[in-house]
Amino acid sequence: MSVAHLNQTLASWSPAQLGITGDTLEVVRAPHPVLATEGATVDPLDPVMVALASDLVATMRVSPGCVGLAAPQVGIAAQMFALDVTGHPKTRTCHGVFVLCNAVVIESSRQEKGREGCMSVPDFTGDVKRATRVTVTGVLPGTTDHVTISTDAFEARALQHEIDHCNGQLFLDRVAGAHAVYPRKVYQ
Amino acid sequence: MSQLAVTVIGPDRPGIIADVTEALVGTGVNLEDSTMTLLRGHFAMMIVCSGPFDEVKSALEPLRGELVITVRIMGPEHEHAPIGPSYLLSVHGADRPGIVAAVTRMIASAGGTITDLATRLSGELYVLTAEVEIPPTAELAWLDRALEITAEELGVGVTLRPTESDDL
Repeated sequence: MSVAHLNQTLASWSPAQLGITGDTLEVVRAPHPVLATEGATVDPLDPVMVALASDLVATMRVSPGCVGLAAPQVGIAAQMFALDVTGHPKTRTCHGVFVLCNAVVIESSRQEKGREGCMSVPDFTGDVKRATRVTVTGVLPGTTDHVTISTDAFEARALQHEIDHCNGQLFLDRVAGAHAVYPRKVYQ
Repeated sequence: MSQLAVTVIGPDRPGIIADVTEALVGTGVNLEDSTMTLLRGHFAMMIVCSGPFDEVKSALEPLRGELVITVRIMGPEHEHAPIGPSYLLSVHGADRPGIVAAVTRMIASAGGTITDLATRLSGELYVLTAEVEIPPTAELAWLDRALEITAEELGVGVTLRPTESDDL
């Protein structure tokens, strides 16, 4: 079921548009200082940044269960992340795979608490209140096109989580109370 | 260096945590897992830390008095391996003796284990929340029904729901 109106530019975007194949990078873990560093605004046309975009997608793809990856998670304090919530049971509106540079949340509403985990904080999960409807603007790598995405549910949560990473924030910075951090249960 | 369990309980006042942890830092202790909270106005802390037993004991000596302090050497650390998926158990209703015992007995009967539990009493209202792991072999429908019957007998409400987390 699709609720928010899909941004077709984003929905039809593919990593092939970057024109290069990304490398798999190592994912850094807290307390690495880069995860607490505000990312620099990036030039989406910079070939280094285009390469980073393809690396983020490649690294996200090889990480099991990973629905998003931000530049600080591969050790680079920059405002860029890759996202793909396709197939997740909590996804409603879905724009498929995309990378955004310099993204900001411009509207948010309907806060809801959910328990989050993060590849960069592998031993804990935490309850975090986030908007279930958001509007975000950003720039696609390799372009100067500002795109606006309105979405909901899991894609909205994932967007906010990645934008937080770009600003040097982890879910640990947003937990909903003194007892809202839990040891990760790895039972499968 | 041994792994130590330090417990502190006493009437609450500003600065207890700072006092206790400053004393511990002075002995070279590194705090590991801890939980600290107010229980009906008494400040209560439980700390597991690594440090020299005798030094820790004597460093905390000056704080004894209004604070009841224990320091014990612990056996080897056991890593908790989850026995099954996680659930959040929530119970609330009019206070009466036996709620925790009856409800946790049902969880244990199903082979479940409780990894965290807190209760609060406010006026007549009693609230229990717990993180529970239920083995995949357990009959969840049986447990739900057993909890429902127990809750009816106690005159409280009970819910047990999965606490899945999403990786982002």
